[in-house]
Amino acid sequence: MKPTDTYHPDYFHKVVDCQWACPAHTDVPGYIRLIAQERYTDAYMLNRASNVFPGILGRVCDRPCEPACRRGRVDDQKPVAICRLKRVTYDLKDDIAARLPTAPEKKNGKRVACIGAGCASLTVANDLMPLGYDVTIFEKLDVTGGLMRSNIPRFRLPPGVLDEEIDNILNMGVDLRLGAPVESMGWLLEQGFDAVFVGSGAPRGKDLQCPGRDEAGESGRVHIGIDWLQSVAFEHVESIGERVLIIGAGNTAMDCCRTSLRLGATDVRVMARKPVDQLKASEWELEDALEEGVEVMTEHSPKAFVVENGKLKGMTFEVLEYFQEEGRQKSRVVDEIFLPADDVILAIGQDGAFPWIERDIGIEFDERDMPVVDRVTYQSTRPGVFFGGDAAFGPENIIWAVRHGHEAAISIHKHVHGEDVTDRLPNAVDVHTSKMGLHEWGYSNQYAPEERRLVPHVDMKNRFKNIDVEVELGFGEDEWRTEVERCLNCDIQTIFFNQKCIECDACIDICPTQCLTMLHIGDDEPEESVRQRLKVPARNPEQAVYVSGKLPQTGRQMIKDEDQCIHCGLCAERCPTAAWDMKRAEIFIPQARDEEAARTERKERA
Amino acid sequence: MSFMKKPQVHHAELPVNGLGYTVRDYEGGMSTLCAGCGHDSITAALIQACWGLDIEPYRVAKMSGIGCSSKTPAYFLREAHGINALHGRMPSIATGANAANGELHFLGVSGDGDSLSIGFGQFAHAIRRNVNMLYLIENNGVYGLTKGQFSASADIGSTTKRGEANEQPPIDPVMTAISLGCTFVARGFSGDKEQLVPLIQAGLRHRGFAMIDIISPCVAFNDHEGSTKSYAHTREYFHPAIHADFIPPREEIRAEYEKGRAMPVELHDGSTIVLRKIDVDHDPTDRAGAIAYLERHREAREIVTGLLYLEEEGSDLHANNRTVPRSLVDIGMHENAEAILEEFQAGCR
Repeated sequence: MKPTDTYHPDYFHKVVDCQWACPAHTDVPGYIRLIAQERYTDAYMLNRASNVFPGILGRVCDRPCEPACRRGRVDDQKPVAICRLKRVTYDLKDDIAARLPTAPEKKNGKRVACIGAGCASLTVANDLMPLGYDVTIFEKLDVTGGLMRSNIPRFRLPPGVLDEEIDNILNMGVDLRLGAPVESMGWLLEQGFDAVFVGSGAPRGKDLQCPGRDEAGESGRVHIGIDWLQSVAFEHVESIGERVLIIGAGNTAMDCCRTSLRLGATDVRVMARKPVDQLKASEWELEDALEEGVEVMTEHSPKAFVVENGKLKGMTFEVLEYFQEEGRQKSRVVDEIFLPADDVILAIGQDGAFPWIERDIGIEFDERDMPVVDRVTYQSTRPGVFFGGDAAFGPENIIWAVRHGHEAAISIHKHVHGEDVTDRLPNAVDVHTSKMGLHEWGYSNQYAPEERRLVPHVDMKNRFKNIDVEVELGFGEDEWRTEVERCLNCDIQTIFFNQKCIECDACIDICPTQCLTMLHIGDDEPEESVRQRLKVPARNPEQAVYVSGKLPQTGRQMIKDEDQCIHCGLCAERCPTAAWDMKRAEIFIPQARDEEAARTERKERA
Repeated sequence: MSFMKKPQVHHAELPVNGLGYTVRDYEGGMSTLCAGCGHDSITAALIQACWGLDIEPYRVAKMSGIGCSSKTPAYFLREAHGINALHGRMPSIATGANAANGELHFLGVSGDGDSLSIGFGQFAHAIRRNVNMLYLIENNGVYGLTKGQFSASADIGSTTKRGEANEQPPIDPVMTAISLGCTFVARGFSGDKEQLVPLIQAGLRHRGFAMIDIISPCVAFNDHEGSTKSYAHTREYFHPAIHADFIPPREEIRAEYEKGRAMPVELHDGSTIVLRKIDVDHDPTDRAGAIAYLERHREAREIVTGLLYLEEEGSDLHANNRTVPRSLVDIGMHENAEAILEEFQAGCR
């Protein structure tokens, strides 16, 4: 093993598990510290810089950060409630009008068309408007927000929050055209735009093909989940039968079952083919549905719709049993049951749909009829046409769409200036000490043993009165004050200067989680062997092992298993020679404005 | 010193010993010693050793006097018994406590000032009585608490932080202990736990007085150039003579030893110390040879370490005084105790 290159921008970034896991690389520990300092507006703006929609995401984000949270690995604890704290920044912020980006009076003369007024297109507009672009958004519906408005029920995401955060972008002067579906890409390309961004989502819900589907369809009581949610959102549908079966167990299914309860259903069952540990829904969305009395029936595969005299009676299901054969999971049918139902909602996935893109204009499609899109530049096979959000690679989530939007904005900016879209600024890391005094640090380093706070919910009685009643109340002061202290500040990194070390063992002895070891290792010793020889073997391959340069007195090397470090800073406190320091690693993820700054600088130098 | 508490959280896969405890369960309070003090490292070695021997913390009595070293019992085995005696008087208190309850593990922690100056006489007599205890001298060559004056173990020519050289010859606790008839004499270094932890374990299991002189650099006052008790100097002149591998009872000796270089010695409780000769020139069971060996290396300024002298057949305080087999604390009071005492005292008048 060779000494670790901590100058690589990814090394410290990876240690900040939440920020690494977040597609938009939100500076989570940074904003949590700002909340702790009661700088709510700063915390909101720090969020907004990377994820654009803190109020929305603080309610309905898919939260890839939380399963990644270090707190979940140490002390058998649950992760920090990162998403709830994001909402705290929204709830407590002051007026931010003066701090929002604005469009310059002098435009740069470039015109960009965005298709769909969802989170991907809005992010593109957010990044490009301040650079002087004219951005036009074409939206087929009469409202903005895309899936965020049409598919996420109001009891999870109030329209006021959506409007506020979307308006912050539109108010820069975006040319928004509602009720304006783009029916031909060929036509759009002739309108003189310098670039086109497709953020039209994955609007087609999958259908279920099985016996009785056609007759059941004629009864009008079988619904496609996302279409039905949209009809509810726009108040075209205001009621449903008493007994409802939801087919599928992803997050759309969770929204469908909870919405059904608010429209009059009393007996709602979510029917899942897979065993309980393999459901697609996020753990917390499943919990909320169960709390409201939805029954989740796992290992039931839909077999047929039962229709009598043109009236839907219910469905038959095969009861499955799962087993392992030759290392693979298989299932067999052990029984068959009939479940009565007044309505059936299909929530088994959705696809992109591009009937409006002509197939002879240079935009290639793959065998699944999805456009061929580059994973870095988000450019299609036709230069100047970019894709993002669910339209790019199929259904993901809001936070991924935001990331796509940021990256596509960079590509658009490079494209319209005739630059190579693949020649992008690298990520960077800036490291500065958090030492404030002998035993004072610029962060709260005392480990808080408290358990994860729960967010209060509206009680069951009032919750179903109206579909507009937001269920989650958000953290109160007691809750967030406790929760912010649970954050381990993983961005405050342990930095080691091997030349200063006198090998007194103080850091090793004090480390509460036994992360440190000094060993003689050879350059050719494989990492696996070093991992086994640590004080406690490092068994988590996802987490790096740091190796220092040789120590002056014995030639041993300091080795740190990043996996269990709680960033308490005791190694640095107990080090007599300041060979350890706690330094804040600020991760720099370039956006379109940074590319513009770099371009201006290049131009000025030339 | 640090003001924050050491978090209770520990590594998720920290192993447990035979009693189901992790090494963290053997810790004590947060150290108030200077950051980087060798004593803290010895504390960690003690924790490691007691954990490894499956010792129940409440079966340990921590004995100490005054000084930086003598503060350390507060930092390990928080469930153990303990007493801070007067300066240099810990050996008598330990002797008394051991007389009353010989079943406990007695762990004396002292320093070069506590043992080689004010308590030198006490130290000698505890050895002479062969009190069954482990006695550590955390030896840094200076009085740390009073800002770094030379102690009795400072070498000739060693300088203070301000540059004055010491002119008086040092007292070598190892040589002293061997010549006084100590039955277990070792030297270690706070910066080498691989050597130190088995020495502590062997010392805890040895029946009789076990003395380990541990070079423990004082980072605040004696870790500069010119010091002969600094980390750098100790590492440069470090001369391991005998390495002791401690093997608990009923455990197989698995390691393979080079012929003629390893000497297994069985202790009274069935455990074994395998003495591994790193320097073939030394036989740790030959007292006269040990003294001669130390003399030779002293001239070369080498710091000889390891288990340097061992006599397993010596008889301890209780055997010498022919005490009853059970501990006094376990023997109930005679119902007529007062009358018997009265009668006995009358006989003495």
